[in-house]
Amino acid sequence: MKAVLDWLAILGRAGFDALARLGRGHVLLFGILAGLGPLARRPRLLLVQLHSVGVLSVLIIAVSGIFVGMVLGLQGHYILSRFGAEATLGVMVAASLVRELGPVVTALLFAGRAGSALTAEIGLMKATEQLSGLEMMAVNPVYRVLTPRFVAGFLSMPLLAAIFSALGVYGGWFVGVGLLGVDDGTYWSQMQAKIDLEEDIYNGVIKSLVFGFVCAWIAIFQGYDCLPTSEGVSRATTKTVVHSALAVLGLDFVLTALMFGK
Amino acid sequence: MEILVGAFMAAGFVALFFLAMRVSNLGAVAVGDGYTITARFQNVGGLKVRAPVSMGGVPLGKVIGIHFDPQTFDAVVTMEIDRKFNQIPDDTYAKIFTAGLLGEQYVGLEPGGSERNLEAGSELKLTQSALVLEEIIGQFLFSKAQEGGKSREGEK
Repeated sequence: MKAVLDWLAILGRAGFDALARLGRGHVLLFGILAGLGPLARRPRLLLVQLHSVGVLSVLIIAVSGIFVGMVLGLQGHYILSRFGAEATLGVMVAASLVRELGPVVTALLFAGRAGSALTAEIGLMKATEQLSGLEMMAVNPVYRVLTPRFVAGFLSMPLLAAIFSALGVYGGWFVGVGLLGVDDGTYWSQMQAKIDLEEDIYNGVIKSLVFGFVCAWIAIFQGYDCLPTSEGVSRATTKTVVHSALAVLGLDFVLTALMFGK
Repeated sequence: MEILVGAFMAAGFVALFFLAMRVSNLGAVAVGDGYTITARFQNVGGLKVRAPVSMGGVPLGKVIGIHFDPQTFDAVVTMEIDRKFNQIPDDTYAKIFTAGLLGEQYVGLEPGGSERNLEAGSELKLTQSALVLEEIIGQFLFSKAQEGGKSREGEK
C-alpha cells in the first residue's frame, strides 16, 4: 500500500513540476516581450545576437538547402519519369521546399545549431552567476540578455528558411535541368504556374515565423531555467534540441492541417 | 559585424523576393484589374479555379469561380479577363483544353466575328465541354466492338 502511495506521490510531483515549468515558461515569455521597448533603445544588442544566431547559421542552412534540393530533384525525377511527368519536377521541388521542408528542416537545423548554443550560453551565465551579477547592478537580465536573443531568433528564422528554399530550388534545378535533362523553361514555367504566392509562400513564411518563435522561446527558457551546474547545463542543452524538434514537428502538422487541410 | 548582419538580412530578403517573383505565380497573369465574364459548360472536367484563360496560347486572364446551376444543371465558369484585352468579340467560342496529356486544364477562347465586344458581366454563348478521357476511351472500345462483331458476321 505504501509503495503505491509513494509511486502516486512521485507521479504527482512530476506532473506538478511539468505544470510549474510550463507556467514559468509563459511568465518568462511575457518578461521577454516586455523587454521589447527597452531593446528598441539599444539596437546594438540585437545586432550582436543577429550575428551569432543568424549569420553564423547561414552556412549550414545554405549547404543543407542545396543538398536537400538536389536530393529532391534526383528522387522526384526518378518517380516522375516513371509516369512521363518529368516536366512537373520544378513544381514538386518548389512545393515541397516552400511548404514543408524549408520551414521544418531549417527549424530543426536552427534548433541544433543556434538553439543549443543559446541554451548553453545562458545556462553558463546562470551557473557562473553572471545573471545574478547583472541583477545586483540593477540591470534586468531578462531585458538585457534574453530579449535580444529571442528577437534575433524570431527574425532570423524566416530569412534562413527563405534562403534554404531558394537555394533548394536551385539545387533541384542543377540536378533536374543540369544533369538529368529536364527542360529549363518547363522547370520554371510549371513552377510559376502551380505555386501560389499566398497559399504556398505566405503560409511557408508564417510557418517559419511560428517555428522561430517556438525554437527561440524553448532555447532561452531551457537556458534560464536550468540547474546552475555543469550537468544541469548539459541536460538543458539536450532538452532544447529534443523539445524544439518535437514542438516543430507537432506544430508543423497542426499548421499544415489548418493551412492546406480544408 | 554590421556588414555581415546586413549581408545576412539582404540575402534573406533577396531569397524571399526570389521565391515571390521567380517561383510563384505573381509575375504570371495580372490579377485584380480586369472584368469578369461567365460561360456555361455541360462538363468542366478537371478545370480548377485559377486555371488560365487564353486566346491563341496567350494568357488573357484566369478562372475565378466555378459554380453549379441547379436549374439548368450546367457548370457556370466565371473568368476574369485583363482590362488590356477589351476588344474580344461577344460571340467568342470557349473551349476547355488540356495542356498535354496529363497537364492542367485551361479555358481556350476562339474569337468570333461579331462587331460588338465583350464587356463586364457578358456571358459566352458558344461553349464546348471538356474532353473526358474515359468517355472517349469508352466510345472507342464500343465502336471497336461493333466493328469486330460485323467482321465476324461477314466471315460466316
